[in-house]
Amino acid sequence: MSTLEIKDLHVSIDTEQGTKEILKGVSLTIRTGETHAIMGPNGSGKSTLASTIAGHPRYNVTSGSITLDGEDVLEMSVDERARAGVFLAMQYPVEVPGVSMTNFLRTAKTAIDGEAPKLRTWTKDVKAAMEQLRIDADFAQRNVNEGFSGGEKKRVEILQLELFKPKFAVLDETDSGLDVDALKVVSEGVNRAHAEGKMGTLLITHYTRILRYIKPDFVHVFVDGQVVEEGGPELADRLEEEGYDRYAKGAGTAAAPVAVQA
Amino acid sequence: MTEITTEKARIGAPSAQPFIDGFTEEGESLSPINAAGSKAPLAGASAKSHSHGGGEGVPDSSRAGRLTSYKLADFKPLTGLEEDWRFTPLKRLRGLHTEVLSGAAPTVIVKGPEDVTVEGVGRDDQRIGTAGIPEDRVSANAWENFAQATVVTIPSEFEALTEITIDIEGTSLEAAAQHLVIVAKKFSKAVVVLNHRGSAVVSENVEIIVEDGASLTVVSLQEWNDDAVHASSQQAKIGRDAKLKHVMVSLGGDLVRVTPSARFTAPGGEAELFGLYFADAGQHLEQRLFVDHAVPNCKSNVLYKGALQGRNAHAVWVGDVLIRKEAEGTDTYEANRNLLLTDGARADSVPNLEIETGLIEGAGHASATGRMDDEHLFYLMARGIPESVARRLVVRGFLNEIIQQIKVPSIEERLTEAVEHELALTDN
Repeated sequence: MSTLEIKDLHVSIDTEQGTKEILKGVSLTIRTGETHAIMGPNGSGKSTLASTIAGHPRYNVTSGSITLDGEDVLEMSVDERARAGVFLAMQYPVEVPGVSMTNFLRTAKTAIDGEAPKLRTWTKDVKAAMEQLRIDADFAQRNVNEGFSGGEKKRVEILQLELFKPKFAVLDETDSGLDVDALKVVSEGVNRAHAEGKMGTLLITHYTRILRYIKPDFVHVFVDGQVVEEGGPELADRLEEEGYDRYAKGAGTAAAPVAVQA
Repeated sequence: MTEITTEKARIGAPSAQPFIDGFTEEGESLSPINAAGSKAPLAGASAKSHSHGGGEGVPDSSRAGRLTSYKLADFKPLTGLEEDWRFTPLKRLRGLHTEVLSGAAPTVIVKGPEDVTVEGVGRDDQRIGTAGIPEDRVSANAWENFAQATVVTIPSEFEALTEITIDIEGTSLEAAAQHLVIVAKKFSKAVVVLNHRGSAVVSENVEIIVEDGASLTVVSLQEWNDDAVHASSQQAKIGRDAKLKHVMVSLGGDLVRVTPSARFTAPGGEAELFGLYFADAGQHLEQRLFVDHAVPNCKSNVLYKGALQGRNAHAVWVGDVLIRKEAEGTDTYEANRNLLLTDGARADSVPNLEIETGLIEGAGHASATGRMDDEHLFYLMARGIPESVARRLVVRGFLNEIIQQIKVPSIEERLTEAVEHELALTDN
């Protein structure tokens, strides 16, 4: 049983206009086996939270903490975080020219496990995982994300999730830009990984659609860099009906700040 | 801004605006003369109105007007201020531009299929001079001083299943001259690999004749020892419907200056020029290429990629593409990409495109020099890959695009290893 604990996290970025605070005190605790959905309007800081957990250099943590089983995650470099068991499925996976998927997956798996995977079983595992995610076999020979469609990139993110077996998966709007079929395939992948019982999931989404396929245990509503409401899956249903407007108007149950960026 | 009136002036001509102090659009003005009077190579008449120029443009401002001669005496002694030498540290040429090149030429060993003929010939052989005329003093110096030439001929309609390797091994640091002729006869098909190794101070002329309908790949590998100085003019003449793929790889040597050119002599020709270089601390790797579209309906594609690391690692790439008035239906693109891996390295990149007719399929040029993309590193590191390994993956990937062009597995493997070796040096 592992615990990823985020406490009173404040994060800012440097912009041309100066420093801008994006996260204004976020606290969350995720345990193995749990699925937490973070929902909120555009610009509320959801993706900032995801990138900060992974350690993207653009985001400066000004106060607060992130710990994984008591270990200080903020002290770790990006690769150390991944090796400690944090996985970020990115919203916009980048293309890495000239690096084949095969080479990339093996190199990453070797880094995460601390030893090279056994060639025969590894090849079989990759092939099986690709089939389940309906990824063509020839993708293995192609360069990382190069020329992949948006949906293909997202499937390849989930492929990595299944192969690397992290302790905590952060899915940053993995559902955006997917058609229903792709959404199902991707959701099944997440559910398979989750079903092994060794992973906690932080699912970041703008829409409630993906929650039909991935059932959250907890839902957190994010507005202007803060969690303004928390609840169980029923909260997602309510959001589907009512949208985020009530938070913007300050009419919600929580004391939501008024300014919401569209 | 100066009013730009002609088609030729519009493309590739310097603007009237001095945008960075000490720089022209052709690069940094290294010489006092260049700083005082602009004489950009392709500026044409517009050079006269160049605001930070003030001086007169030189007469041969078009690439077409460059002096060519077999005679050394026709070329003035180099001062380092010439347009085509302004990036080259002449002191490090070790006399290739001043001495009589009487040293022993590197040994040449040719291996390949039996049908391919290899001859050692004297200066009076008729094939010498069919593909090229020296375009600079160092090349002319070699022309005047070489004792014997090696001629490799791929017979008509012969398709070589294995590559032809020409091992050029330097054993002396006395300034020397070398001459090679490669003839791909009509409808032949072959891959020729030039392996430059050892220690040498050598000026080399390579003539490449691609006859009608032939398809020839020439790979020139510069894997010299650290003390080598090498100037190589590799001039190709491309016949009707003939195809040349030229791959230049410079890794080793103190100063390596390769000047490949491709001249189309009949319609339907195709030239692909690829290059890869990896400059380490103190190394000067220069490549200046010329694609001469002199006839209609030919295609060319140029891509050179370089990585640089360490103090005073210096790479120079100058790509001249000329589309002459007659060359209607031309389709051409040239690009150079440089990756600066550390501080203290320097890349000069000048893509020149000179167009004398508007009736073309396409013409483009591009150049980009920069550091490694942080987002690439972040993506790889977010998958647990340590930074040093991630950097290597990105550089290897960057250069792989060129290595993949060679299509000779054994050489591709060797080069991949050589690049790995270069990368291992970065980690220190």
